Amino acid sequence: MIRKILLLTIIIILPVRTYALIEVDITRGNLDPLPLAVSPLSIDDKSKKSFEKIINIENIGSEISIIVENNLKTSGLFNPLSKDAFLQAPDIANLKPRFEDWSLIKAQALITGKVSYINEKLRVEFRLWDVLAAKEMMALAFTTVPSNWRRVGHIISDKIYERLTGEKGYFDTRIIYVAEEGPKTQRIKKLAIMDQDGFNNKFLTLGNELVLTPRFNPTSQMVTYLSYFRNLPRVYLLDIETGTQEVVGDFPGMTFAPRFSPNGKKIIMSFAKDGKSDIYTMDLENRVVERITNHPSIDTSPSYSPDGKYICFNSDRSGYQQIYVMKSDGSNLKRISFGKGLYGTPVWSPRGDLIAFTKLHKGKFYIGVMRVDGSGERLLTENFYQEAPSWSPNGRVLIFYRETKTNAKGEGFSAKLWSIDLTGYNERLVETPTDASDPSWSSLLSK
Amino acid sequence: MLVLATCLVLTACASKKVETLGGQIQGDVYTGTDSVEYLADGVKDRVFFATNESILTTASRETLRAQAAWLRKNSSINVVLEGHADERGTREYNLALGERRANAAKDYLMTYGISSDRISVLSYGKERPVDSGSNPLAWSKNRRSVTVKAN
Repeated sequence: MIRKILLLTIIIILPVRTYALIEVDITRGNLDPLPLAVSPLSIDDKSKKSFEKIINIENIGSEISIIVENNLKTSGLFNPLSKDAFLQAPDIANLKPRFEDWSLIKAQALITGKVSYINEKLRVEFRLWDVLAAKEMMALAFTTVPSNWRRVGHIISDKIYERLTGEKGYFDTRIIYVAEEGPKTQRIKKLAIMDQDGFNNKFLTLGNELVLTPRFNPTSQMVTYLSYFRNLPRVYLLDIETGTQEVVGDFPGMTFAPRFSPNGKKIIMSFAKDGKSDIYTMDLENRVVERITNHPSIDTSPSYSPDGKYICFNSDRSGYQQIYVMKSDGSNLKRISFGKGLYGTPVWSPRGDLIAFTKLHKGKFYIGVMRVDGSGERLLTENFYQEAPSWSPNGRVLIFYRETKTNAKGEGFSAKLWSIDLTGYNERLVETPTDASDPSWSSLLSK
Repeated sequence: MLVLATCLVLTACASKKVETLGGQIQGDVYTGTDSVEYLADGVKDRVFFATNESILTTASRETLRAQAAWLRKNSSINVVLEGHADERGTREYNLALGERRANAAKDYLMTYGISSDRISVLSYGKERPVDSGSNPLAWSKNRRSVTVKAN
């Protein structure tokens, strides 16, 4: 469970002074992804043999380029071209691309690079080229321990995404979720964590007790979640580096729906007692518990605004589940959802301007977004059952889970993770080794 | 880790069997006996709710009065009221709703003389359906509060 601490040095090889000629507009739904070529990173024979020995990977240069290619493709904004069409060898392309060759296959951008083994470290350099303008747009080099090779692929993807879209990427991130197995009436659930692209999947609990709704601390490797340990449903804290777990607070009843505050210093959650659920916070440093709402209704699924000044949550105080916003001390409470149907699981966007939610209307479940005053509601996807969106750290993508309808015999149940672009395009299944639910997206691991 | 997980699957499979007698719904509340079990001879163990509701029906109150009478006679027995919701709601809201339903049953038992010390409440939200179907009848069986002996 102990993760190796990342030793990563980033060196900018050349100061970038070229003005961007390629710009990818991520605000419109992207129907026309940018064609680009990801050349396999070149590698000398000696380095190749060393990596083969240390991490058992035949050609780390092409493996890293595949990570980059898959990430860019998954974003829906880029269309990586087939390597079969490439005319130039990787090592020569990295020195000086023959731009005519690349524009011939309609690539607008080109990524080249070189991998080497130096002083027991993995050194990766890569370059991003504007094919039509025949110019270098960016050149960077990274040095790290060889076992970090997948992360290097993700960091390169983030740099390219940022250079071409003008926004931070989200590839060097992880997803924590609940892995599910077994019949629907007796599901076995475990906490699991994986890289954003589905690799390095690990189970964090054994499945001995029911666990639900894990969420990352935005500033550290801590997770908060609900566990039914000893049949007492309580909010827990888990340090994913050490495996240490502890109960949050000492409440005489069920605590649930936990999330961290944006600075990671507080946990906000619900506490249910006598048929009422109210919102509480606990300060993780001084353990002070504060009550935020006090109403006979169900108040739950709280989420802070990124500046920590406001809280959105859902409440049935109007008679039905709706979304409310209040100041972080509980004052100035107002309802923001007024559309037809029920609204739940509001989550504030990391950019601060939107709230994602689940909506139930006429027997269908929707994932949608609205502005923080409730205006501009936009439904992104409709299904039999889906809920619990979680934002990518750049606020461009939502991950959520979807459950299938069973047949007349009650068979055919499954739960899977899905992602969708904020524009409503690029809906994708996120592959997991088992069934999965309750995904939570981490912050960027390297900032 | 694998061994532990396997044990759990086996235990899960060996858990209680559910009778199949065919059920029915009135209004939005399950009125059949299909999934009902017994706390004691002639004392039903569960009550059912309408969608999104925690109001006790006439039939539910009758069941709970029988439970209270039996608990008064068997004063050494404590119970857990397990509250559940159907799958047509968000997970967190359903946890709260299950708690509210179990508390509706608890309050009623208390008005019939059962001390709150003998009753604990546990919500499972939508996590433990008895019927895995995705239809109104299955959902009505799953919206329930079940009284279970704690000792």
